[in-house]
Amino acid sequence: MSKLLAWIDDRFPLTKVWEEHLSKYYAPKNFNFWYYFGSLALLILVMQIVTGIFLTMHYKPDTKLAFASVEFIMRDVDWGWLIRYLHSTGASFFFIVIYLHMFRGLLYGSYRNPRELIWIFGVVIYVALMAEAFMGYLLPWGNMSYWGAQVIINLASAIPVIGDGLSQWIRGDFVVSDATLNRFFAFHVIAVPLILIALVFVHIVALHKVGSNNPDGVEIKKKKGPDGIPLDGIPFHPYYTVKDIVGVTVFLIIFCAVAFFAPELKGWFLEANNFVPANVLHTPPDIKPLWYFTPYYSILRANTYPFFGVEAKLWGVIFMGLAIMVFFFLPWLDRSPAKSIRYRGWMYKTALTIFVASFILLGYLGIKKPDAIDFILFKNVYWAQISTILYFAFFVLMPWYSRYDKTKPVPERVTWK
Amino acid sequence: MSEEGMNPRRRRLLVITSGLGVVGTAFAVTPFVLSMLPSARAKAAGAPVEVDISKIEPGQLLTVEWRGKPVWILDRTPAMLKSLTEDTAMLADPNSTVTTQQPPYAQNATRSIKPAMLVLVGICTHLGCSPLPRLEAGPASGLGDNWPGGFFCPCHGSKFDLAGRVLKDVPAPTNLVVPPYSYLSDTRIIVGVGENEKGAA
Repeated sequence: MSKLLAWIDDRFPLTKVWEEHLSKYYAPKNFNFWYYFGSLALLILVMQIVTGIFLTMHYKPDTKLAFASVEFIMRDVDWGWLIRYLHSTGASFFFIVIYLHMFRGLLYGSYRNPRELIWIFGVVIYVALMAEAFMGYLLPWGNMSYWGAQVIINLASAIPVIGDGLSQWIRGDFVVSDATLNRFFAFHVIAVPLILIALVFVHIVALHKVGSNNPDGVEIKKKKGPDGIPLDGIPFHPYYTVKDIVGVTVFLIIFCAVAFFAPELKGWFLEANNFVPANVLHTPPDIKPLWYFTPYYSILRANTYPFFGVEAKLWGVIFMGLAIMVFFFLPWLDRSPAKSIRYRGWMYKTALTIFVASFILLGYLGIKKPDAIDFILFKNVYWAQISTILYFAFFVLMPWYSRYDKTKPVPERVTWK
Repeated sequence: MSEEGMNPRRRRLLVITSGLGVVGTAFAVTPFVLSMLPSARAKAAGAPVEVDISKIEPGQLLTVEWRGKPVWILDRTPAMLKSLTEDTAMLADPNSTVTTQQPPYAQNATRSIKPAMLVLVGICTHLGCSPLPRLEAGPASGLGDNWPGGFFCPCHGSKFDLAGRVLKDVPAPTNLVVPPYSYLSDTRIIVGVGENEKGAA
């Protein structure tokens, strides 16, 4: 066996890769609950790719056949219902896990120097994931698929001068049609997944170059033992591989419970209107994206006033784009001497709480009608406007409140009982 | 990547080769980018649609498909036409000044060639949903007492009158589009071929 390994190692750096990334990758010993979600995201990526491959064996990207082929998978393919539900439930859980993973970054300052590039790669992954989810949603060719794609692609037409040509180029037609379905299939099953895998690879390479952050936000590489190993570091394998297996077990219990017993989750994961075939002549009465897009959909709809003579529709598109792009600048907006929320003052804690609350409220309002009152006191659209301002305030005011915030002294080494 | 001591001639050649490489890449990418434009078939499917309008009763709405979009043909009653002169105060663009939203021959008070017969693309100018006909005026429509009759978009609440003109303070920025169309005879219209381009298609 060792001879075989030596033979391989002479030709491929197997042992070197294993040691660098697992058995001798030293991660801080104080990881907590929030550190499960990176490995869980990787698990879901693999799961989506595997279930996706098997769905592709039966699915037909043709407007005349697509809807029926999905029903065929559900009814006639052995275990097809399970594979399809794992894929659709996986999409929603992907976003749950990614949102928690991003929240961890905000909690412990994981985007700060020297991890800016890890964060930037992560935001690109998030954008690619949104594209992947959006294009995948068209494939069942349900009525919500069709009109959702129609609305979102039309966002491009709000751009002056090139807008109409751009949206025709995206659709490959004057309306969402067979050409659109076929190319979205190509993007969804091969182009974007390849990009995602490449991005996840560089995300992890960058992480392993600088080392993991931790709940204390201290650099463990600053305190090394005589053997050159960080004093607060433990090898990723076996310590964190075992920890992550526990996370995977608990996750799969919850995930399977949803996929088996409530795959539609009362319309949150699969919408009723999408069990109706696409109808070019009839828009569903209330059109809304799936829950993971609703915060941005709310921001889009919250723009109702033509500031500076620019039409409200374009402002909506601009602010929706900015709401995602602003994440890229986070590493340079934060001026606090402390990375982790444990040593930050009340200002950052308040700001983060307000940001999370506004994000959740925007998400809730995105599934409601703008003119109704579903929250308290005001119409939904006014709450969406308030929440949009608070959402952006978190980022725009960060250089000030993070600097003037009173921080506690950051310890030299991680705190651990 | 130290460039110190690099022979100026080599540097110049490097810049030229890289520049040519970029140009070549742009050329190579072009066919792929252009392949995503609407195909010849998609453009041909934009073929005009002939509609027999003789069977449309006054006040009745007929929906036909043209270029994959719903096109409404509405024979407006005298009462409906009267509403068009009374609702102008509620409208964002009562005189149809945005020229891209209708052909010149439909840029008039009724936005049509023959006053009664309205031809509209049934796609909201906000984000492309298909508005619902709410032709009856007044509170029966569920859209308030002063509703002039028209079309209501369920997606984001845009409202249009019976000539497809957009009401004030709704998300849609412009009036609904009047497609190019013309009369082949008194009872037949063709959607997709304008008044002055007959025979072109």
